[in-house]
Amino acid sequence: MSMKRRTFLKGTLAAGTVGMAVSAGLLTPRAVMAAWPKEAFEAKSMDAAMQATVGGTGASAGDITIKAPDIAENGAVVPVTVSTGISGVESISIFAEQNANPLTSSYMLASNAEPFVSTRIKMGKTSNVVAVVKAGGTLYNASKEVKVTIGGCGG
Amino acid sequence: MASIKVRAKAQGGVTTVKCLISHPMETGQRKDSKTGKLIPAHFIQEVNADHNGGNVLTALWGPAISKNPYLSFKFSGGNAGDTLKISWVDNMGNSDSTETTIS
Repeated sequence: MSMKRRTFLKGTLAAGTVGMAVSAGLLTPRAVMAAWPKEAFEAKSMDAAMQATVGGTGASAGDITIKAPDIAENGAVVPVTVSTGISGVESISIFAEQNANPLTSSYMLASNAEPFVSTRIKMGKTSNVVAVVKAGGTLYNASKEVKVTIGGCGG
Repeated sequence: MASIKVRAKAQGGVTTVKCLISHPMETGQRKDSKTGKLIPAHFIQEVNADHNGGNVLTALWGPAISKNPYLSFKFSGGNAGDTLKISWVDNMGNSDSTETTIS
């Protein structure tokens, strides 16, 4: 009886540890990976946002093209297109450096996806738009300054 | 159902997809001009694109994506007549999806 109780306790303890490891991000099964990275989107500094999104802050300049207007009249709608000549791209993330939460969006690309994304972002004020490309575990970045005349966050 | 408009075109082995989603994309920082209360955040968090059942692209979005979002991407291997499914989920648990055929 007492033996059974012991194994039962051990079992629950072990299950509890696994559960905690999953929630702490130590184990990352696909389902957990696909979950929305709240931390990354709520990070307030560029470095923290980058760390939480792509797992590092050191990126080297790469063959990345950012197409965005030099001057955006309306910060609520800034068209941004990112494309790259780097092969084996896993993800593309777009940051607006001076936004309260720099991370705007992150794209996970399957192997047959071309390294190209285009969208429209909101920018609070004049800032650099930074694109971070992850390819084969290495980070590459590029930035382009966009002058904003009317901010698009808050209002 | 009608919240997503998609166009997909295959040319030279590469399929270009353009989609427009109608969604308020509230940041949670804006105030209602009449009541002075904050409008709660309401934005799309995840957009998935599947080509013939296989995932091509997953977009993770924050509130800094413009209202009525636009997304364009490309992938290789699509042929005219293939099905392409676009789906989204927002922070309030709403979701929508649409299927289109590549032209």
